[in-house]
Amino acid sequence: MQLVLEKRAERSNTIALVSPLIAIGLTIVTMTILFAILGKNPLLALHAYFIAPLTDSYSLQEIAVKATPLVMIAIGLSLCYLANAWNIGAEGQFLIGAVAGSWIAVKTQGTDAGAWVLPAMFVLAAAAGALYALIPAICKVKFGASEILTSLMLVYVADLFLDYLVRGPWRDPQGFNFPTTAEFDPVATVPLLIEGGRLHLGSIIALLVVAAAAILLGRTIKGFEIRVVGAAPRAARFGGFNANQLIILTFAVSGALAGLAGIIEVAGPVGHLQPGISPGYGFTAIIVAFLGRLNPLGILIAGLFLALTFIGGEQAQIAMKIPLDVTKVFQGILLFYVLACDSLILYRFKLVFPNRQVASGTH
Amino acid sequence: MQAHQRMLDPTPNGLHSGESPLLQTLGLTKRYGDFLANDSIDIDIWPKEIHALLGENGAGKSTLVKSIYGLIQPSAGEIRWQGGRIMLSGPSEARSRGIGMVFQHFSLFDNLTVAENVALGLDGKESFKDMSARLEQVSKTYGLPLDPKREVWQLSVGERQRIEIVRALMQDPKFLILDEPTAVLTPQEADQLFIVLERLKAEGRAILYISHKLEEVKRLCDTATILRGGKKVDTCNPRLETAASLARMMVGGEIKEVKAAAGRKTTVPRLVVNDLSLAPAEAHGVRLEHISFELKGGEILGIAGVAGNGQDELFAALSGERLSKDPGTVVIEGIAAGHLSITQRRKLGAAFVPEERLGHGTAPRMKLSENALLTGHAASGMVNHGFIDTAATLKTVDRATETFDVRKAKRDPEAASLSGGNLQKFIVGREILRNPAVLVVSQPTWGVDAGAAAVIRQALLDLATAGAAVLVTSQDLDELAEIADRIAVMFHGHLSAPLATVDASREKLGLLMGGSSLEPKEAAHAVGA
Ligand SMILES: Nc1ncnc2c1ncn2[C@@H]1O[C@H](COP(=O)(O)OP(=O)(O)OP(=O)(O)O)[C@@H](O)[C@H]1O
Ligand SMILES: [Mg+2]
Repeated sequence: MQLVLEKRAERSNTIALVSPLIAIGLTIVTMTILFAILGKNPLLALHAYFIAPLTDSYSLQEIAVKATPLVMIAIGLSLCYLANAWNIGAEGQFLIGAVAGSWIAVKTQGTDAGAWVLPAMFVLAAAAGALYALIPAICKVKFGASEILTSLMLVYVADLFLDYLVRGPWRDPQGFNFPTTAEFDPVATVPLLIEGGRLHLGSIIALLVVAAAAILLGRTIKGFEIRVVGAAPRAARFGGFNANQLIILTFAVSGALAGLAGIIEVAGPVGHLQPGISPGYGFTAIIVAFLGRLNPLGILIAGLFLALTFIGGEQAQIAMKIPLDVTKVFQGILLFYVLACDSLILYRFKLVFPNRQVASGTH
Repeated sequence: MQAHQRMLDPTPNGLHSGESPLLQTLGLTKRYGDFLANDSIDIDIWPKEIHALLGENGAGKSTLVKSIYGLIQPSAGEIRWQGGRIMLSGPSEARSRGIGMVFQHFSLFDNLTVAENVALGLDGKESFKDMSARLEQVSKTYGLPLDPKREVWQLSVGERQRIEIVRALMQDPKFLILDEPTAVLTPQEADQLFIVLERLKAEGRAILYISHKLEEVKRLCDTATILRGGKKVDTCNPRLETAASLARMMVGGEIKEVKAAAGRKTTVPRLVVNDLSLAPAEAHGVRLEHISFELKGGEILGIAGVAGNGQDELFAALSGERLSKDPGTVVIEGIAAGHLSITQRRKLGAAFVPEERLGHGTAPRMKLSENALLTGHAASGMVNHGFIDTAATLKTVDRATETFDVRKAKRDPEAASLSGGNLQKFIVGREILRNPAVLVVSQPTWGVDAGAAAVIRQALLDLATAGAAVLVTSQDLDELAEIADRIAVMFHGHLSAPLATVDASREKLGLLMGGSSLEPKEAAHAVGA
C-alpha cells in the first residue's frame, strides 16, 4: 500500500478557503506533542499562547503593535509573490529603512527641528527600503541572478551595517557603552493613539496600506497586471504586460513598505536605534503573506494571529519557562503546513495498492 | 438510483450475441452548479467498434469521457464495465481496468526523450530498460514508428500524438478514448492514424472517437452518438447519414453557409512585412527567413503549412510579443511598428488571436471579463485613470456571448471552464468586436464545431468586407480555400509567394508544404509536356 498525490481535475475552492485553518489546526496538534515532549502541560501552554494574551488590554494593544510591521511587510511581499517575484529579504529592507529614517532623527537630535522630522524620516525610510530591494530586482532582471538568494544575503549586510552604526558613529555618548543611539526627540517619535498606552499611529498606517492594496488588486489595471503576470505569464505577455518591469516595481513597493515598517518600529515602540529591533518581522511576514492567502484582508487577519504567537510566546516564557525560540519553531511549522495544505487545493491524497496493479497488469 | 431498463445501442454488426457491452453508461449526469453539462446519458460501447461521439461545442462530449476515464466524478448515474458497475477513483484506476485515453492537448515534456515521457505516464513498476524495449515493440507492431531516444522537441505534432497513443497502448487497453485526435494533424497524418485505429478495432478493442470532422467520422466509425445541450439526441450508423444530416442532428437545425460578400474591394496596404528575419527565441524554435508580404484592407491572406515551420514565430513577430530591431520590418497602418510593443500595435488598430487558447490567448483561472480586459485594456475604454471599468469588461463578455453564441454555465465563468470551442468563439469575438484594422489570427476554428466554424469564418469575411486586413494561419486547407483571397505557404521559416486562391490547387500547396518550390517543378513540367 502506498500513499500518492494525485492531481485533481478541478481546483477545490472549498479547500482554498479552509486550507489556512487546516494548517493552523495541524500546527496546534504538532505543538501539543512538542510541549508534551518538553515536559510542559500542553493545555496550559496553549492557553498561555493563544488565550491569555486576549484577556487584557495591554496584551491586546501589544498584539496590534506587533501586527503593524508584520501586516505592512506582508502586504508588500504579497504583491511580489502574486507577480512571481520572490522577495525573501524584507528583513534587510526593514533594517535599512530603520537606519535611513534614524539618520534624520540622529542628526536633528537636540536641535529645535519642527514637525517635519517624522514625515521626512518616513519618506527617507521608504525610499531607502525601496532602493535596497531594487538591488536583487535589478540583478534578477539584468543578469538573471536568483532574487531569492540575493535578497536573502542582503539581510545580513543590512544587519551588520546597523550593528556598525550603533556601535560606532551613532552610539549614544551617555549610553554606558551600550550599542544604541540616544532616545529620539519627541518630534522624531511616532505619536501614541491612547495616552499612556502602546497603540500608535503606525497601526492606522498599516490599515491604510491594507485598504490601498485591496483597491490596487481588486480595482486597478496595475493590480490586474500583477495578478495575471503571476497566474499566466504567457497570457500576460500577450496582454502587453512586462514581467521584468513588474519585478522591479513590486520589489520597490515591498521594499518601501518594509522600510517604512522599520522606521515606524524604531521611532515608535522602540524609541531609538539598536540591534535586535526586529524579532524577525521580515521573515515572519512571509508566513503572514501565505497564511493570508496573498489577500490583503487575509493578511490583516494572519498578521494579528502571528502577532498573537509573539505575545503568547513571551507570556509562556514568563509563566512556564518555555524558551522563546519555541515561537520560531511554531512559526516554521505553521509555514510548512500552510504550503503543504496549499498543494491539496490542486492535488489529493490517494491510497494505491500495488498488488492490485500487478494483477490487473497481466490481463 | 433507479435501475435502468432500456434498449441497447446497436452493435456494429447488428448482433448482440447475448453478451453485454464492454462499457455502458446509465443516466450519467454531471452538474456544475445549476448547469447540466451531461444530462442522463445512456451510451453503450461494444467490443470491435469505433464509436463516434458528436456534438456542438459545449454539448458535453469532453465532460462525458472525463467521467468515463475517472477524471471527474459524475453527479448521478452509473458506469458499467463488462457488465459490472464501477466507481472510478481516478484515471489510474481507469487505466488499470483497461480504459485508455488520448487527450487533445498533449502532456509531454519537450526536453525529455520519448522513452522518458512514456515512463512518466505509466503506472507500472517496470524497469526503464524493459519499458523502453516494450515501447519499441508496441510502436513496431502498430506501425507507429518512434525513436525512444529522441527528445520531444524534435518531433512533429503527429509524432507527439504517436507518443500519447503508444503510451496508451502499452497499458493494453480494451477501450481507448480519443478526444479530437485529428484536430491538429495534417491529412496524411490523419490517414496514418485511421489505419492504426482500424487495426485496434480488428484486435477486438473498442474506440470512442470525438471529432468535429464529419467526413472522417463517416469513413471510420461504425456507430455515432450525438449529444446536444448535454443530452443524448440519437445513436445512428454514420455510414447511412450524410455530413449534412449529422450536422443537423447536432445543431437541431440547418447550418448557415459561409458567404463572401460579392463586391469586396481592396484598399490601401494595412499590414506590410518587409524582409523580416528573426533568430528563434527558444533553443528549439524556427528562424524566420526574409519574410515579405503585403496585405491590403478588404483582403484575407491565408498562411498554410505544417505546424512548427515558423508560424508561431511569425505570429510573435507580428503581434509584438517579439520585437525586431528594424522598425520597418513590420508596418501597420502605414506606421513602422517592428519595434513597437503589442499594446502599441493594438493602439494602431491591430488585433491578434493566438493558436493556443488556454494560457496564451486567455489566463485559464481568470474570469472571462478579466480576459476581456487582457487584450482590451489597451484601446477599448475599459480603463479610466488606471481603474478598471468592470461594467465595460462585462459588456464585452455579453456582446461576444451574444454575437458568437458562446455557451457557458454562467455569465462570467473562469476561462478554463468553457468547452474548447466556446472559448475559441469568445476569443475571436473579443478581438473582432474591437473592429480592428488588422486582424492576425492563428487556427481560428481549431476544435470548433461546424456551425460555430461557419460563424467564425463568416465573421472574418465580414470584417474584411468592412475594410480590415485579415491574416489567417491555418492547417485546414479547406478553410483557407473558403475564405482567403490568396494563400502563401510557410516552410522552414520561409514564406512562399502568395498564390491566388483560385490557382492554389491542393497539389501545388502540397508541394510547397513539403518544401519544394513551384518554379523548377513547373519548368520541368513544361519541358516534359
Ligand atoms: N469545470 C467546469 N465548471 C463549469 N462548467 C463547466 C466545467 N467544465 C465544463 N463546463 C461546461 O460544460 C459544458 C460542456 O463542456 P464540454 O467540455 O464537455 O464540451 P464539449 O462537448 O467537449 O465541447 P468542445 O467541442 O468545444 O470541446 C460547457 O458548456 C462548459 O462550459
Ligand atoms: Mg471538448
